Amino acid sequence: MSLLQIEDLSLSIHGAPILRDVSLSIAPGEVHAVTGESGSGKSMTALAILQLLPNGAQATGRVVLDGVDVLTLSETQMCDIRGNDVGMVFQEPMTALNPVKTIGDQVMETILIHTALPRDRARQRAAEVLGRVGLPQDRFPLTRYPHELSGGQRQRVVIAMAIALRPKLLIADEPTTALDVTTQAQILDLLKTLVAEDGMGMLMITHDLAVVADMADRITVMRRGEVVESAPTRALLSGMRHDYTKMLFAASRHRVDLPPCPAPVPLLQVRNVSRDYRLPRKGLFGKPGWFRAVRDVSFTIQKGERVGLVGESGCGKSTLTRAILGLEPVQEGQILLGDQPVFTGHRPNLAVRRRMQVVFQDPYGSFNPRHRVGRLITEPFHLLADPPRGAAREAAIAEALTAVGLTPGDAGKYIHEFSGGQRQRIAIARALIIRPELILFDEAVSALDVSVRAQILDLLAELCRQYDLTYLFISHDLSVVRSVTDRVMVMQAGEIVEEGPTREVLERPSHPYTQRLIAAAPVLPDLGAA
Amino acid sequence: MLRYALKRLISLIISLAVASLVIFFVIEVAPGDPAQFMLGMNAQPDTLAALRAELGLDVPKWERYLDWVGGMLTGDFGTSYTYRTPVADMVADRLWVSLPLALYALTLSTLIAFPAGIYAAARRGRAGDVAVMGATQLGVAIPNFWFAMMLVLIFAINLRWFGAGGFAGWDKGFWAGIHSLTLPAIALALPQAAILARVMRSSLLDILGEDFMRTARAKGLSRRQALWRHGLRNALIPVLTIIGLQFAFLMAGAIIIEQVFYLPGLGRLIFQSISARDLIVVESVVMLLVFAVIVVNFLVDLAYAAVDPRLRSRT
Repeated sequence: MSLLQIEDLSLSIHGAPILRDVSLSIAPGEVHAVTGESGSGKSMTALAILQLLPNGAQATGRVVLDGVDVLTLSETQMCDIRGNDVGMVFQEPMTALNPVKTIGDQVMETILIHTALPRDRARQRAAEVLGRVGLPQDRFPLTRYPHELSGGQRQRVVIAMAIALRPKLLIADEPTTALDVTTQAQILDLLKTLVAEDGMGMLMITHDLAVVADMADRITVMRRGEVVESAPTRALLSGMRHDYTKMLFAASRHRVDLPPCPAPVPLLQVRNVSRDYRLPRKGLFGKPGWFRAVRDVSFTIQKGERVGLVGESGCGKSTLTRAILGLEPVQEGQILLGDQPVFTGHRPNLAVRRRMQVVFQDPYGSFNPRHRVGRLITEPFHLLADPPRGAAREAAIAEALTAVGLTPGDAGKYIHEFSGGQRQRIAIARALIIRPELILFDEAVSALDVSVRAQILDLLAELCRQYDLTYLFISHDLSVVRSVTDRVMVMQAGEIVEEGPTREVLERPSHPYTQRLIAAAPVLPDLGAA
Repeated sequence: MLRYALKRLISLIISLAVASLVIFFVIEVAPGDPAQFMLGMNAQPDTLAALRAELGLDVPKWERYLDWVGGMLTGDFGTSYTYRTPVADMVADRLWVSLPLALYALTLSTLIAFPAGIYAAARRGRAGDVAVMGATQLGVAIPNFWFAMMLVLIFAINLRWFGAGGFAGWDKGFWAGIHSLTLPAIALALPQAAILARVMRSSLLDILGEDFMRTARAKGLSRRQALWRHGLRNALIPVLTIIGLQFAFLMAGAIIIEQVFYLPGLGRLIFQSISARDLIVVESVVMLLVFAVIVVNFLVDLAYAAVDPRLRSRT
């Protein structure tokens, strides 16, 4: 008998349909992955099982958990099931824990709310559970607060809360999406072990097909609230009956053709750059300490070259980006664009600044929602001594929008009228409009769905052909970097530990850190061989 | 935690020193010679000089500043120019009215605002929320002196539950004093409660949308349990800030209510002293108020740290 049986689950929120006739089942000890792009309804399916739906949600159908249809249960009965029969792990470990309570209290709470254990026994159980998820008491006592832990450690605490009472079903909603690859590999291992040891069923929701292929016994692919295909992992990967599934897998292994690099002429030169941050004073009159976020980094980017920069969070990638843009001074070394420094005296050098642009990760947060697109993409004109006006300005807007695959008519619209992928196109148009010599892409495709990401990468390749772009592509995603860069630099703890032609570095990494990074990254199985 | 408290304490002392400098010199440069004011326009130059010497106005400003600060540290606030009585005594009398009034009003306002704000947040968008928010809208809009007069009309004149004004004094017992401060405290508290309830509600609503509240629900906590155990303490930081600001206002800003109820409070003292160019009294009272505000802010800082462990470790 299956542990969870969802039959014809339909869901609407304030009348808008979200899920249509979703059916899936999970047996004890089985890992069932639900995948699909954003808006496919995969998270809502998970929340429907726990009945933690947003206000105004109406669910029909059957969600049978261990013989009981949870849709017919009262709120009080649901409270007994949540945390006890079903545990849930969420995407964002940085915010999933209450910042003002200790991790011990938070794990204990799951135990105390469902059992009659006295506090000291519950505390002991909490310590055991934390030990089980890899947070032993000698290094991670119960009295720690969430802010004293890293993202991966916090996710372990969330997992401890979810499995404290050995639930029958564990729901993990994008459990590793916010984590670095090496941490992701550890957390996935932990989840696999727990499922095997406890015989739990696991419903895993993720957009990452490589993770899915690696973890799941069975895969369900969803699109726009409907199940398009569901089969055991091996059968699905080799069979792939549905076009949408094929498209998803094709998009995630998408490669683009970059035009060849022109003859090397140095454009950006970073020479022995170090960047320090002041730490809070230790004592009242003690000297403030310094944290060296970037140490003695040197590299050159040639005109027309596409360079990747990879590394885990906190390795100094973003600090280096800000230094290159001249947003912050560096403590040692020099950054030159052409032959001019990006930072002179105490301010960024405007003459250099106008030759560089940047595209950020978040297509939602990086635009002012009150401005029209025409105004948004002409923002870099502030950098010019004599910005185009009137017809010339309109022509520049039209050209930039056309170049990124939008229409000149889009200039009059507001940003909320566009999807995430379109917004990222607008961000690229904003960077292109003053024809910069160098563009920095800071995790520019990380927030996008695979199909949209493939389109944006194609767009980049196309722009390389048209405009001879030079860019620095900063990303944690090795497969994307492999596709759109000629050369790659690997950064660890503020230093560049390895650099070389992208293909060579990714296929024959020489530095142990690079080797670890590549080994940890989940890889899609080669379907041709399957 | 100790280091955090020590740091806040040092910043408190520095604030006080800067404030005393600013207060003294700003008031010194204000026009109006107290001696001239006391003797009238037709005073003889030699009487004027004698009075100035007696008041200690003839020594250099720096010396007078140091005297003033030194005096305050030992409890000697100087002698009032107009009443010729020690300022310390005058201020102490008034403080025994203003401080209890402020604390009383603050307690009332907190007791009203917390339940109202929590209730409204828990019932967001429903009838209870709309009713509470409507009431707070009124509370913010109604001028407190008008509200004070309505209170007098209903509870003092018609129902005769309270006196219409004046202060019974503490020597007739604690409850007699509290009784005579009740109407003014209510008049002061309601508008403050309205603001505080709105802050409480919006702060809680922000917290209710946080990821960790969903985590709490997924553990099996009911909506109410999640709100009390995880929501409230996180929502407290902005509320504490407002409480600190309100206390400062209640200490010094009660002058209109003091007038309506004929209360001998600090607000009236300061007003009278300014009219009479009794600078030494003005300086002392203002310094006292600054002291109260800074101390309250210090306490609010400590309360932040008690509520939020992240502040404790970020020393």
